[in-house]
Amino acid sequence: MKSVIFRTAARILLPVMLLLSIVVLIRGHNEPGGGFVGGLLAASGFSLYALAIRVRDAKLALRISPSALIGAGLMLAIVSGLPALLGGNPYMTGVWLTIGGGDGEPPLKVGTPLLFDVGVYLVVVGATLLMVFSLGASRSASTVRD
Amino acid sequence: MMLMALAALALCSLAAGLLQRILPRATGILLFLAVAGIGVWFASYVPAMSAGEMQIDSVAWAPELGVSLSFRLDGLSLTFALLICFIGALVLLYTSSYLEGDRRLGSFYTTLLGFMFSMLGLVLADNVVLLFAFWELTSITSFLLIGFDNTRPEARRSALQALLVTGIGGLVLLAGLILLGVAAGTFELREIMAGSLHDHGWFTPMVVLILLGCFTKSAIFPFHLWLPNAMEAPSPVSALLHSATMVKAGVYLIARLHPTLGGVPLWNDVLIIFGSATMLIAAYLATRQPEFKRILAYSTVSSLGTLVLLIGMNAAEAAAVYLLAHAMFKGCLFLVAGSIAKQTGRKYPEKLGGLLRIMPITAAIAMLGALSMAGVMPLAGFVGKELLIKSGLEHPQWALIITTPVTIAGIFSVMAALMVGLRPFVGAAPDDMQPARDPDWRQLLGPGVLAVGGVVAGLMPLLFAEPLVRGTMSSILGVHFDGAINLNILYLLWPFTTALAFSIIVLVLGYGLYLARSGYWKLTSPRAVMLHFTSDRVYDRLLQSLIRLAEFTTRKIQNGRLRSYVRVTMLTTTAVAAWAYLRANPLAGIDVTISGLDAVIALTIVACCIAILFMRTAMAAIALLGAVGFVMALFYVLYSAPDVAMTQVAIETLIVVIFVLVIYHLPKFSYLTSTVQRGWDVVVASAFGLLMGVLAYTSAVIEVVDPVSESHAARAATEGYGRNIVNVILVDFRALDTLGEIFVLGIAAVGVYTLVRLRARPEPEEAT
Repeated sequence: MKSVIFRTAARILLPVMLLLSIVVLIRGHNEPGGGFVGGLLAASGFSLYALAIRVRDAKLALRISPSALIGAGLMLAIVSGLPALLGGNPYMTGVWLTIGGGDGEPPLKVGTPLLFDVGVYLVVVGATLLMVFSLGASRSASTVRD
Repeated sequence: MMLMALAALALCSLAAGLLQRILPRATGILLFLAVAGIGVWFASYVPAMSAGEMQIDSVAWAPELGVSLSFRLDGLSLTFALLICFIGALVLLYTSSYLEGDRRLGSFYTTLLGFMFSMLGLVLADNVVLLFAFWELTSITSFLLIGFDNTRPEARRSALQALLVTGIGGLVLLAGLILLGVAAGTFELREIMAGSLHDHGWFTPMVVLILLGCFTKSAIFPFHLWLPNAMEAPSPVSALLHSATMVKAGVYLIARLHPTLGGVPLWNDVLIIFGSATMLIAAYLATRQPEFKRILAYSTVSSLGTLVLLIGMNAAEAAAVYLLAHAMFKGCLFLVAGSIAKQTGRKYPEKLGGLLRIMPITAAIAMLGALSMAGVMPLAGFVGKELLIKSGLEHPQWALIITTPVTIAGIFSVMAALMVGLRPFVGAAPDDMQPARDPDWRQLLGPGVLAVGGVVAGLMPLLFAEPLVRGTMSSILGVHFDGAINLNILYLLWPFTTALAFSIIVLVLGYGLYLARSGYWKLTSPRAVMLHFTSDRVYDRLLQSLIRLAEFTTRKIQNGRLRSYVRVTMLTTTAVAAWAYLRANPLAGIDVTISGLDAVIALTIVACCIAILFMRTAMAAIALLGAVGFVMALFYVLYSAPDVAMTQVAIETLIVVIFVLVIYHLPKFSYLTSTVQRGWDVVVASAFGLLMGVLAYTSAVIEVVDPVSESHAARAATEGYGRNIVNVILVDFRALDTLGEIFVLGIAAVGVYTLVRLRARPEPEEAT
């Protein structure tokens, strides 16, 4: 019962939503947004794709298995707190680099909280998609790896 | 030092199984020698103990709780220790022949030695908590030994009954002992006994609880029912536990506490009443039993009642002598009963006969034991009975009330003794009996030594009886007894006293009753064993109702239905929280206002929820739930929380999607709840929801401390380099919390995945 409109729209919307999710992720520190919402947006995109076409195709589009995403995200989140230890500070203290700056433009501050946020993003995407894919998949017993 | 003796026994117990595997023939003898050796070591203390000394060993264990490994050796505990060790050793030897070839012999040795270890610890313990620990250990080992033949349901039932009765009694005893320890300020017996507790407010409950515990252990009426049923155990177990040692644990404790708690009517009179009641009833029941071991079992119950009676009467000498004599003749008779049953294959004296010619040695031993039991001079049993009657006659207040049941019980026990010690051996052997002969020396040494001991103690008391009796007496009386103890047979026979006259009358009448037994049985047949069966039936019924109560409770509370669990949880939480909230009344004096816009949004949410109740399909209900979520996002927008609003919208979308996917796999609504249940659901849900709403509102309105959000807001730009305070809090200030949250998220996802994958049935082709 998948209408052509739904399918075509999904195909177009997926990359748009992915881009939007990354934008939301990065702007989170200063504007509304952040890792959680970004992750949810990305997951929504893939879920839409899975509903419109097929779970298998959505998995292919994702390329990486959702559980790997969860793992990677958690690793990143944990690791992001380590540079603080190198500086003698407690775990998870923010470490910032200042990039650029110069004439007229304010310098860009990049730091470990951003890494943490990316980790959160990945976990949210992975967790949500793991749930959606396993619930929506057909004959999931036959697929060995997911 | 005593700790070493206990450790040695424990070692034997642990090694027994292994020994039995390596040296199957020699294990019994080795264990016999080892335990006898421990007994000899104890015996070396006899002269000192009878002179009034006392030895205490103490090792601190849990000083904060007042528990230490304290052991005391005095007259009473020494007598018991000797009984345990020597009778135990003889029983071990007996078992090596009786259970020869049984492949569980090793575990039997282990358990029996484990019992001996526990019993020895019990009589040696000077700390009441330690004593209780050993008390329970004896119950457990007894349970294992009674149910040794665990393929038979009667054995299992009897073992369980023994465990339950003595176990519950043990708990009651623990309560009493704790009261005792707290009242006295110490758990060490020697210190407790140094003080006086008669005037303490807790004296009555303390005494009642302790006596209850002792009565259950020593099968005092009305808790006697488990002992005859415990005869399902093999004969060596009956000989050691249920005649000589374990059942005497209660008597031991009563004797031990007699100096401290006695002297008041609550203690003394209770002991006299229950003791004499048990003595009489059990003696009567003994004469009505057709089976060998049951006769002996009831006779043991009667003797335990006698001991309790004697202690209650302060008749320490009689109690000490009777204790010793009974252990010897009863142990002997139980072992003989086992040998006869094994040789002839029969358990009923009335169906046996002529064994005098077939098994002469066994017969001689049995007859000696029976004569001691009947109280024939010059055996130890006679001395015991004689002193018993004498004490009864000499009692200042109740001479007649005590002497009458003593005499009647005496007559019955003479008859019982003749039934086991005479009937199987005289007359003609029945034709259909299997060929029998004297068992081998290992089965004869034990009962033989005990029977001869009974003779020696009667004829030559100074050899071992007198010092033991003196020591025991001193413990029961609480002071060292220096006076003359004359157990010499000639002293008791001349001059001819009233007590002697009574003894002779008892013997004569008992023999007469034995001769007239068939008429006697016909006369008393119907109401006879009712006293036993009533107790047994009460036990059965109690047990059944207990089990039914447990089933009912489980069915009601743990019924496996999510609805009941949720209902109970919600109702309890609401009740408790509401009670606390109303008492605290935090909104007193605060202006409670709700803005118009808030009210509109709230009412919209309520309307959606109510609408859900009327939906007929799952999809519609889910859609409305999603609507609730979206409307809530409006709240967040209203209160300037764009991040939260965005997240709420995104999550709500995904939740609807996931919900639909889940519903797709579930079967259609096949069971709709009744209106009554739905009514309950409304009540519970409304109450809980109201509670949550009020709490949420209150926490928003009340400011208990300065909100931390202000400091966060101040620091976000400067330290977090971000203008989105929420995000800065999430990934910087409270990063560890967020780390935990994403872990939980990952685990939840893995859980869902696993649950879905575990479903066996094939899934439909595609999601939508």
